[in-house]
Order: sequence, then C-alpha cells, then structure tokens
Amino acid sequence: MSNSLISVRGLTKNFDDFTAVNGVSFEVAKGESFGLLGPNGAGKSTIMRILAATSTRTAGTVEILDKDPEKFGPLVRAHLGVVPQQDNLDGELTVSENLFIYGRYFGLSKRFINAKIEELLVFAQLEEKRNVKVEALSGGMKRRLTIARGLVSEPDILLLDEPTTGLDPQARHILWDRLFRLKEQGVTLVLTTHFMDEAEQLCDRIVVMDKGAIMAEGSPAGLIKEYSSKEVLEVRFGSDRNVEVAPVLQKMCERMETLPDRILMYADDGEKLLEQITAQKLHPTTSLVRRSSLEDVFLRLTGRTLIE
Amino acid sequence: MNTGINVPQIARFGAFYVAAARIRSMAKWKVIITAVDVGNPLFYLIAVGIGIGVLVESNSGTSGTNGIKYIAFIAPALLANAAITGVMDECVFPVIEGFKWRKLFYAQNATPITGRQIAIGVYLAALSRTVFSVTIYYLFLLAFNVVDFGISVLTILAAIMAGGSFGAVMMYFAAKIEKEDYFFNVMQRLVIMPMFLFSGTFFPLSSMPIYLQPIGWISPLWHGTELGREAAFDYGISTLMIAIHLVFLVAVAAIGLTLSIRQFERRLAK
Repeated sequence: MSNSLISVRGLTKNFDDFTAVNGVSFEVAKGESFGLLGPNGAGKSTIMRILAATSTRTAGTVEILDKDPEKFGPLVRAHLGVVPQQDNLDGELTVSENLFIYGRYFGLSKRFINAKIEELLVFAQLEEKRNVKVEALSGGMKRRLTIARGLVSEPDILLLDEPTTGLDPQARHILWDRLFRLKEQGVTLVLTTHFMDEAEQLCDRIVVMDKGAIMAEGSPAGLIKEYSSKEVLEVRFGSDRNVEVAPVLQKMCERMETLPDRILMYADDGEKLLEQITAQKLHPTTSLVRRSSLEDVFLRLTGRTLIE
Repeated sequence: MNTGINVPQIARFGAFYVAAARIRSMAKWKVIITAVDVGNPLFYLIAVGIGIGVLVESNSGTSGTNGIKYIAFIAPALLANAAITGVMDECVFPVIEGFKWRKLFYAQNATPITGRQIAIGVYLAALSRTVFSVTIYYLFLLAFNVVDFGISVLTILAAIMAGGSFGAVMMYFAAKIEKEDYFFNVMQRLVIMPMFLFSGTFFPLSSMPIYLQPIGWISPLWHGTELGREAAFDYGISTLMIAIHLVFLVAVAAIGLTLSIRQFERRLAK
C-alpha cells in the first residue's frame, strides 16, 4: 500500500457539455487534514461525491486505500465517514436512533453501536438530547449529529462537505473545536469550504480551486507566503474616489487590488504604507492593516473574491 | 477499517437493514396506521354489509354475483384494495422523502449500502406494512362472518400480491419524480380511482362493456381480487386463469422492482 490514503490523478467530470472538474490531481496522506478551498461552483462537492464512491468520473484515476471507488463502491465506503453539505438525518427518529440505524448500515453489532453511541453523544455534546427527535434540534446540533453519525463506523477517512455553511459564528466555533479534536486523534480529514478562516483553522494542506481546476496547492501559511505579502492595507476613499486615487496608490506598493468598495494594498509593513499615503495628503475615510489571508491568495490567483 | 464491518455480510443483508430502519420510522406512526387499518375495514363492512349489500340483494338476489352474498363477493376486492393503498403509501412517500424531501437515501448510500439494497429494503418494508393491514382486514372479515376460516386465508396472499405488484410500479414512478406537484392528484384521480371502480371490485368484470374490461385486465387489483375470490369461496375460475393471474402479478412486480432498482442506482449516482 502506498503512503497516500487518497490518490487522485487527472480527475475530470463532465455533466453533458459542462466540465465540473477538469484534470484535478492531489494526494492525501494518513492523518492529514486536507482542504479543497474555492467558491461555490468550483467543483469541490463533485470531487467529494467521487471520493465518497457515490458518483462516477468521466476521466482520470482515483484510488482510495488503493481501491478504485467506482469498482469497489461498498468496500471503499466501508472505510469512509461522510458529512454531506445538507444534513440528511431522519427527522422522525431520535438522536440515538439516527446513530443506531446508521451503524447498522455498516453491519456493526448492536452491542458495538450502543457503546459507540454513548461515546459519540459526548463528542457531539448531545448527551441530553439522546431521546429527542432530530426535527427539534438546532442547526448546529444537527450538524454535530451528522458529524457524529459519520464517525459511528470509526472511519479511516472523514469527508466533510462545507461543514459549517449556514451556521452562526458560535455554532461554527463549537464545530471547529470538535473537528480539531478529531484531527488531534489522527483522523484523516478531507473537507471542502469556501470560508478561508475555516481552511486556515483546520487544514494542514489545501488546494485552491476555481472553475473545476486547481489553482495552487500548499499549507495555508505556505500559500500566503508564496502568493501574498505579509500584510494588507485596506483603504476606502468612497466609491467614486477609489478609482481616482488608485493610479497614485499603485506606485506605492508591490501589488494592489481595486474592489468595488475598497482598495487592497499588499506590503510587508502596512502601517508604514499608511503613513506614506497620508504624507501624500490622500486621506482615506477608513483604513485597516491586517495580515494576509487565503482570501488574498484566492484574489491573486483568480482576480475574484471567494464569496461574491 | 473497523474490524466489525463485514462487507460481504452487508452485501447479503443490506436490504434488510434498510427495511428495518424503514419499519422503525413507520413505527412512529403506529397509532395512525393502526387506526386506519382498523377503521377502513370497519367502515366498509358496515356500509356494504348493511347498506349497499342489502339493496343489491333485495333487488337482484345473488344472481349477479355467481350466487355469492354481495358482501362476500366484494370482500376480496376490498382486501386487495387495502393492500394496494398500504403499499402505495409506503412505496411513494418514503421514496420521495428519500430522494427529495430529506434525502435519506443519500445518507444510506454513503455507507456500504447500495441503491439496489435501498430499493429492495423500502419495498420489503412496504410489504411488511401490508401484511399487517391485510391481516387486520381479514380478521374483520372473519368477525363479520363474511368468510369462513380455512383456505380463505389465502385471500391475504392474493391481496399482498396485488399490493406488491402495484407498489413496485409506483415505486419506480416515485423514484422518477423531480417535481411532485401534480403527481398525487393525477395518481389518485386518473389511476387509483378508475382502477378501484373498473377492476371488477363491485361487480364482475364480465358484466362491463368489453371496451371497459381492459382496465381490469391490466389492473393488479382485478387479478388479486379474482385470486382472492377463488380462495374465499368456490368462485369457479379455471386453473389456467389462476395461473394467468399469478404470472401477471409476479411479472408486474418483477418488472416494477427491476425498473425501480435501476432508477434508484441511476439517481443516487447522479
């Protein structure tokens, strides 16, 4: 067996005339936390469905634990825990019943599942909700239960498609904490997200995707270092003046992006750059110095923001 | 991989795991299901037994029903219709729920369970529900002295075959549904109701004009009813016709289930 749990080479998926995934290649090692970062429609979910051995590919090779998911669907899926983008729990059943029936789909014994349920209820912080119908849970609780359900079979790989989309900030942080614990336990995580902070928090390594193709690959810090400056100065002059002052500002920094509402100036020392701007008697209405993020990497690579 | 996961075992028993989960969900509705399964025969047997049946027999005796009391004549049809209604409930709503409303099938298919097993599991659960409904109905027939206990118990099997045959086809259509807006209205008004009225339910099919009889010939309700009548009393249909009824019901069930399995697999892999 190779070192990689997942190996994808030249993966392409067409839907009629539309190419959703175009020649994508990547590897995921055991214990790694790997992310596919990109905007909606980048092809992330399509890749996840192929990795989950539930969708076919048009071209390329995919191996999960050295097996082709298209040929060995049930066998590959026996190794996976899947957390889909949209919760698909059985709302009429209780929290523990949902975990139980899911465990049975893996052919696990009732004794094993019942012991596992106790462990997972603690993990998902749902001990007091065990006999509550799923319909009555909050969005965050449902998400945690879906993740717990994905863990019932003790999978080698946990696939998470947009795990925190639609959750409020507090629920997101609770979920990140749970996922971080899994990462610490050595569970191999593969997740898609269009939230840069999520990718930075959870992933050892990411690929940045746009329009079905990989634009860049590396660790979050490595990508920022490679494709952006240390700091970013965000200035606003008002929507009319932004365009007017842009040519002047352009000469003052190594790179600049003019967005509809603000100008992003890339430099190693943002404060110093701001001083230079004010010395030129250009007074922005607001200014902010921050460190570079994956959002800036994406902007650099595609000329677009992640969430448009 | 978890050492407790036995993939060959899942390949053998996966459909039963799905059926068990469906029955667990159904059990949440046990009060309503039981109320319907008790109320339905009760109301029909009272209405027909002391209402329509008396009217029919006071006007024409039993000459139109091969010498059989009217209530006994229509009892196997009511039984088959109850089976069809029960299977329909369990083959249509859970399938739309599974693909569209709650997407439960996608959750099942994320495990070693296959589309084929999901289709078969849902179908088996639907048949289980029908066994329950039809058995209760049969007990009412005994209690109302409509049939004698004995070989008439085979009417249960005939009714389940009718339900299973119709349900398999309905499951295929339910699995095709992308927009359910008109489906239920069309089904109820243009398929279920005509089938109920024109399948020899209330009068022998042969008493209808020849151009209306084909509705019965292609209707699982008529084939199930005819078999049920043969089991419930000495209806006198030929061995050849019994064979035709059996082959028809089994063939339609097999075709419906095969199409359903293919559609489940296709839709899950989209």
